[in-house]
Amino acid sequence: MSILTAENLCVHVGDNCLLNNINLEVNEGELLSIIGPNGAGKTTLINALMGDVQRAFKVQGKVLFCGDDIKQLSLIKRAKQIAFLPQINLLNFPFKVDEVVGLARTPHSSGKVNDAEIIAEALKALDILHLKDRLYTQLSGGEKQRVQLARVMAQIWREEDNAKRLLFLDEPTASLDLGHQQQLMKIIRHFSNQGVAIVMIVHDINVAINYSDKLLALSDAEVVAIGSPENIITKQLIKNLYNLDVEITSHPISSKPMIIDV
Amino acid sequence: MKRMDSMRVLWLLVILLPLFILCAVTTGAVNIPLNDFFSVVLNWMISDNAEAPHFYQAIIFDIRLPRVLLAAFVGSILGVTGAVMQGLFRNPLADPSLVGVTAGASLGASLVIVFVAGYQVAWLSMSLLSVGAFFGGVIAVYVVYSLAKNPFGTSVATMLLAGIAISALVGSVTGFLEFYADNEMLRRISLWRMGGLESATFEHVWLAGFIVLFMFLILPHFSNALNVLLLGESEARHLGVDTEKLKKISILFVAAGVGVCVALAGVIGFVGLVVPHIFRMLIGPDHRYLLPASALGGAILLVVSDNLSRVILAPVELPVGLITALIGVPFFISLLRRRHQLGVS
Repeated sequence: MSILTAENLCVHVGDNCLLNNINLEVNEGELLSIIGPNGAGKTTLINALMGDVQRAFKVQGKVLFCGDDIKQLSLIKRAKQIAFLPQINLLNFPFKVDEVVGLARTPHSSGKVNDAEIIAEALKALDILHLKDRLYTQLSGGEKQRVQLARVMAQIWREEDNAKRLLFLDEPTASLDLGHQQQLMKIIRHFSNQGVAIVMIVHDINVAINYSDKLLALSDAEVVAIGSPENIITKQLIKNLYNLDVEITSHPISSKPMIIDV
Repeated sequence: MKRMDSMRVLWLLVILLPLFILCAVTTGAVNIPLNDFFSVVLNWMISDNAEAPHFYQAIIFDIRLPRVLLAAFVGSILGVTGAVMQGLFRNPLADPSLVGVTAGASLGASLVIVFVAGYQVAWLSMSLLSVGAFFGGVIAVYVVYSLAKNPFGTSVATMLLAGIAISALVGSVTGFLEFYADNEMLRRISLWRMGGLESATFEHVWLAGFIVLFMFLILPHFSNALNVLLLGESEARHLGVDTEKLKKISILFVAAGVGVCVALAGVIGFVGLVVPHIFRMLIGPDHRYLLPASALGGAILLVVSDNLSRVILAPVELPVGLITALIGVPFFISLLRRRHQLGVS
């Protein structure tokens, strides 16, 4: 059974259609990247997939998490299995870095014993263990982003009682330099290889191609293409999405498609 | 400035508060030597009023103790509501008056002062003035909350703006009342605004104590949710917190808590803003420690302020609202400066 399924998902606000007839499936250990131009509905789509759209929006169709309607899940059960990294982080109170990551353990009130261990492991995985005692408010943008990723990963760090895990990421690499961007993507990929289903919005198409199992191209509230990068990336698709002329070659090492600006 | 150990700070506060209370009960217009104090208390506890009560007994039990205990309770409510508001609005500059409770209470009190002559005892030995202030405050918060509420949820940002708007509107109505009032009424209004604990009775202490008890019962369930809320509202929901419920309970608690404080002690500014700030600098923003520390710290600040207000110009009593800022601000500024010197925030 797939971890996340959307069937005929539509979102309207008034007469405006924000999402039209979306169908998708994400399996255990699979990484799905959503690409598309600004305003295509990418953020609305992941909000709808998380069952967390504004209440003014009208949602039709079904979103299933492990076969259950996502709206029917209790907040706590959802929090134990589904984590979300938003694009903008608002925290402006002087928590220490390990305290920020520790906030992610709030839903797991019973397993207090492992919490410190999980926090340390998550910090180590993101290579920010040395920032442990620093104040979050004093970090650089890139450091903050890595702390936030450590936080959402710590929320679903281990598979407990065979409960499947799902992670949503909204532009996780936006504020990072090239080196950290690659480091972060490798960590995310590794996390999905451990069985976590991941849905990610990303703007750098080459990053999306390199690290994703599946791409979903969204334009004007509709799915233009969905499938493996090798199958769907074409000059015409990029032209349709961004009105941009590109050349497509093959990556010298992975031989995946690679987009070059012309 | 390195953060202090939270538990150690809490224990220190737990030890300091009774000492300050003891000091406040034994000093004032009449100073009571400690040995006399203990013999009076002992006498009160074991004898059945067989002999004529000591002269000190009346001072301690009828005048000072209710006043000092009320100061402690009111201070702790103000400290905690301040911390809760700052967490709820995710803004360290928030304070309880932000949702209109103080402005509303001022209007309620002014209405009673201007239109009802004399002090009538209305309920629980509270003057009509207190009742007016309480309902003024609670109604103002209710209006602000309703304005921020829509079928899809409550917007914290709208609540902030509505609070400012309603406070301004209510303040203007109060201004009209002051324009209409005569000199004697004006004096009473402005004295009430400076706050004071001189009318404290044990009934008032029970009432405030009830709020404090309620506070200590619900806060442990709150602190984790408030911590998570600092990440943002949708993040809090994704971490399993029912944010609508949290907002509703917080606002209800602030309205009732500050409403009672304003009714019993007038407007005492500054405690709600600065006490949580001080402890956030000392022990960090974790509400599990910040809320109890703010309760104890607010209690200490108000007990000490009230004590000073009785001692500085004894037997004249100064309004306590003037003293809280006078002793709180220098402490706060010294912390701010140390923070800048070491480049940490």
